[in-house]
Amino acid sequence: MNFLPLWRYQNQLIDGAIVTLELTVIAALFGLLIGIAGAVALKGRIKSLRWLVRGYIELFRNTPSLIQIFIVFFVLPTFGLKLPAFEAASVALSLYFGAYSVEIIRSGLDSIPNSQVEAGHCLGLSGWQVFRHIVLPPALRNAYPAVTSQFVLLLLGTSLASQVAADELFHVAGFIESRTYRSFEVYAVICVVYFAMAMSFKALFALVGAAAFRWPRRR
Amino acid sequence: MRSFSLIDLVSLFAALRWTVVLVVLALAFGAPLALGLAMGRISRFAGLRWAMAGIIQVVQSVPLLGLLFFFYFGMPVFLGIHVPALVAVTVAYTLYTAAFLGEIWRGGLEAVKLAQWEAGSCLGLSLWQQFRHIIAPQALRLSLPPTVGFLVQLIKGTSLASILGFVELARAGQVVSAATFQPLLTYALVAAIYFALCLPLTLWSRSLEARLDGSR
Repeated sequence: MNFLPLWRYQNQLIDGAIVTLELTVIAALFGLLIGIAGAVALKGRIKSLRWLVRGYIELFRNTPSLIQIFIVFFVLPTFGLKLPAFEAASVALSLYFGAYSVEIIRSGLDSIPNSQVEAGHCLGLSGWQVFRHIVLPPALRNAYPAVTSQFVLLLLGTSLASQVAADELFHVAGFIESRTYRSFEVYAVICVVYFAMAMSFKALFALVGAAAFRWPRRR
Repeated sequence: MRSFSLIDLVSLFAALRWTVVLVVLALAFGAPLALGLAMGRISRFAGLRWAMAGIIQVVQSVPLLGLLFFFYFGMPVFLGIHVPALVAVTVAYTLYTAAFLGEIWRGGLEAVKLAQWEAGSCLGLSLWQQFRHIIAPQALRLSLPPTVGFLVQLIKGTSLASILGFVELARAGQVVSAATFQPLLTYALVAAIYFALCLPLTLWSRSLEARLDGSR
């Protein structure tokens, strides 16, 4: 076991970690947008749209993320849409994260008893005011833990983008391995870097959660 | 180059058995370990609780792909002998399963009220009897839906073994796709097979959850 040959590759490691973070944030942003749109559609009156969203959720939650990345990267070019590795991985991971987000946001909204909405209407609040002041704050609080843990899973899941040669952390690991032949040491270091990133996000989310949702819990 | 034929379809389904083998091995070794982790997490001894929480936290904060590579290249370093790929992969999936199931089952155990333990102890049951006859059955009912949900994650997760060259469903898909130059048909088929495996479990998990909800 010898970690010294890895020392000179620290810049590559940092670059890889940055690309991993970019991929995570992009997929999380677009995924959340998909999640909000999907949850609205599920609540909406158009039946065909509801079925479409349901189909999307089941399709993307019941197939491996790796296969989805392969399909976006290898299959879309046969339809004339050729995406570079990073973009392909972003699209695939956004869709994957989006499918989970729809369910999380929907269940957050569903967690508010209807009687509270009715109580708001009785007080003379408009539909928007009811949503903004009665539904949204507790729905956000209820959805927050699920969203954040899904975010951490997404961060770890971006490692799959290495399989289409996007320049993220795990792909950098393969590069360093091919230069140093220190397979075990490289992947041990990579695991530590992912661990550090995941723990930092968990700590950050815990702090933000504690600050943002301070009002007393029901009970 | 050749066209997609029956033999390719057969090779996909033949590779499916390795997906199943990986899932079965992960559950066979991971589930007992998960039970140990869950029981450790609710133990009276703070040191044990912290140690188990630490193990779970570490495994859950590292990519599954990282775990696989770590043990694939690490086992020979730790043990000083060459181990078959299947052993290394099984160790990684076992830990992955144990960490996630352990955390799910701990939630189930903690959801059973403390008064239930006390009632058992008032009836003169030993700690083990309380666990075995009073707590575990209730906890099992509560944790069954997320356990089935995790099974879906595990099945999808076995696709990562393809990256270590393990010829299961995802790898067979890559091979067939490369041989026939028909990525669309091949990956659609592979996705469909995974979907056919996972969707029934997802629906089952959801119906279990709904039934549980109604009875409370």
